[in-house]
Amino acid sequence: MPKEKMTGARAVVRALELEGVDWLFGMPGGTILPIYDALYESKKLKHVLIRHEQVGGHAAEGYAHATGKVGVCMGTSGPGSTNLVTAIADAYMDSVPLVAITANVARPLIGTDAFQEADATGITMPVTKHNYLVTEVEDIPRVMKEAFYLARTGRPGPVHVDIPKDVLNMPLEFEYPDSVHIPGYMPAMKEEPRLADAATLVRSATRPVIYLGGGVRASDAFSEVFEFCELLGAPVVTTVHGKGAFPETHPSCLGMFGMHGSRYANYTIQDSDLIVALGARFDDRVTGKLSTFAPEAKVIHLDVDPAEISKLVTATVPLVGDLKKLLPRLTAEVRKTFEERGRPDLTAWWKRVSDWREKHPLRIKQDGEKHILPQTAVYRIWQKCDGKAIVTTGVGEHQMWAAQFWKVSAPRQFITSGGLGTMGFCLPSAIGIQLGRPGELVVGIDGDGSFQMTLQDLATAVDLKLPIKIFILNNLFLGMVRQWQELFYDNRFSETPLTDIPDLVKLAEAYSCLGLRARTLEELDGVIDRALAHKDGPCIVDIRVKQQEKVYPMVPAGAPLNDMIGGE
Amino acid sequence: MVEKTEQLPNGNVHTLSLLVENKPAVLQRIAGLFARRGYNIESLAVGPTERPEYSRMTVVVRLTQKPVELVVRQLEKLIPVIEVRELAPADKLERELVLIKIKTPEKNHSELRAIAETYEAQIVDVSPDALMIEATGTAAKLDALEERLAVFGITELCRSGAIALERGFKTLAPPHLK
Repeated sequence: MPKEKMTGARAVVRALELEGVDWLFGMPGGTILPIYDALYESKKLKHVLIRHEQVGGHAAEGYAHATGKVGVCMGTSGPGSTNLVTAIADAYMDSVPLVAITANVARPLIGTDAFQEADATGITMPVTKHNYLVTEVEDIPRVMKEAFYLARTGRPGPVHVDIPKDVLNMPLEFEYPDSVHIPGYMPAMKEEPRLADAATLVRSATRPVIYLGGGVRASDAFSEVFEFCELLGAPVVTTVHGKGAFPETHPSCLGMFGMHGSRYANYTIQDSDLIVALGARFDDRVTGKLSTFAPEAKVIHLDVDPAEISKLVTATVPLVGDLKKLLPRLTAEVRKTFEERGRPDLTAWWKRVSDWREKHPLRIKQDGEKHILPQTAVYRIWQKCDGKAIVTTGVGEHQMWAAQFWKVSAPRQFITSGGLGTMGFCLPSAIGIQLGRPGELVVGIDGDGSFQMTLQDLATAVDLKLPIKIFILNNLFLGMVRQWQELFYDNRFSETPLTDIPDLVKLAEAYSCLGLRARTLEELDGVIDRALAHKDGPCIVDIRVKQQEKVYPMVPAGAPLNDMIGGE
Repeated sequence: MVEKTEQLPNGNVHTLSLLVENKPAVLQRIAGLFARRGYNIESLAVGPTERPEYSRMTVVVRLTQKPVELVVRQLEKLIPVIEVRELAPADKLERELVLIKIKTPEKNHSELRAIAETYEAQIVDVSPDALMIEATGTAAKLDALEERLAVFGITELCRSGAIALERGFKTLAPPHLK
């Protein structure tokens, strides 16, 4: 490619074009003006003007989750960059490929407490995979190339690029590098993976379970995982980010385990003698009390990040590598072992698992209940979408009900904030998902508390005429906190009741979109039908649900995984 | 990998040697990682190496419960970190520098000179009622010197933190840099 003279700002825009970015999310401001000016001429980039930078970050995350591509968000210096921090931290915890671009005050002003100055890279350092403060204009092409490379390779994550305004205005000879050279990144493994040892463990296990995490999605290893699970024939459990890594409609799949997992999934992992963990990190929300977690289980832990191996649960056989490349080698090794020595007999194990599943299913106790149960609402929406929608959620009780009752049968159909647990994720994420996958049905399951954290961006969804449907399970409470207060704080509902404002139907009208409400069971189906039939822009549905309903089963924080409340 | 070095009441002390890119904010990245992952830094020394584009850090860390491998793997994840190794006690050569200022009348100076000689230390500054001693050696040797001098009244003391290299031909650099 011949060199071309341009400004730093134009170089940023050109780099985004060369990286194949289509949508990006941001808001202009004083210092980032040069980039927005360059953007004005771009024919390839489509910029979404969000109303708050956090929303731009989450929208880019939703886009990245749904498409597997790198999401891009932008903000100006000072508050523009600090507003992005929550989304960047969210992407870091959930290993979402994200490039966040911010401008900073001009170099002579850095360190002088200038207007809208913040030490943006200092702030994002602990919540990014890597970050850059670009002080020389010639570095922009290399830094942009590295940023996208780092965000999408290895364990994906957010990369933040901060560029002072004067650097954006300086000229450079633009040449985009073909490759990256980062000497300290992803060194070659020193040891061969112990595949034969892993296969021997699989062969000798009589109570195996496969534990799938978000790494399956990050590695795009859906077919490889399916083949492995089919070969083993063992029960499969997932984390919230593992939903869709293996079809939840498959008889081997026990769905989500952990704090709000089903009893049968938790009993299965607790009683197992072998856990095969694929792209997962043994988070406290899935292990419960660590010292009592699956006491008899040996562990095969396959993950791309060596720092996750034996961080919390010691791996009997660690396998470090990309799932998509390494898992087929393990599958082949296990197949060979099965052919030589026969398959393990899992009949007795499956009998126990099936008994637990029959005895303790996830129930919806709607019979005789006059209020709409939130679980009923989730289940009815799921049924009416015929399992084909991409669902996204906020954070709270509604998120867990969605995780329990929204059965996902295809990859990239359940998109949520897991690690950081960021309320307000749903609407922004839905915007990003719908833009990334325009032809598909995008459904949000949100809570009244969560929705109110980012609702100003209804304007963005309306601007873009996005046919997203946000169902708000409205219990007029910060429900998950209320649940803990009821169970562990003696019904002292400190600061959890929410006033019945805003009127969500009127709010929708104020934003020129469709607002619907269901107060009774009789109204529910009709309202869902109307919402799903609405194609002209967003739709907000206020579903009034029983206030006292709780998410069960529940493993209290710090309790053993099989020590559950409710859901018998 | 040898996990236990000196057994102390509050955990084990390990010496980590890091080869890092010589770029702004690298020290902040590393110090921040230790802080947020709950590791206590005993000492940290950083300086240039034989290649201007790289710096070497020697971090002495005290670990109570977490194995040293975990912190090594976390450090290796940082992009500007080229290589990290724990230096085993038997294979490492470790040195520290100390400057000690003692306020003491001139009549004691000859006794202090004798002590300094025993510890291969040097008197680097003398005034009528004070002197400064410079010494290098292992942490244990400097501890002993400090203890010996305490009775004379130490008014100021500054230790550099340990720097260390591995004995023999091995070097801390990935193959493409060797």
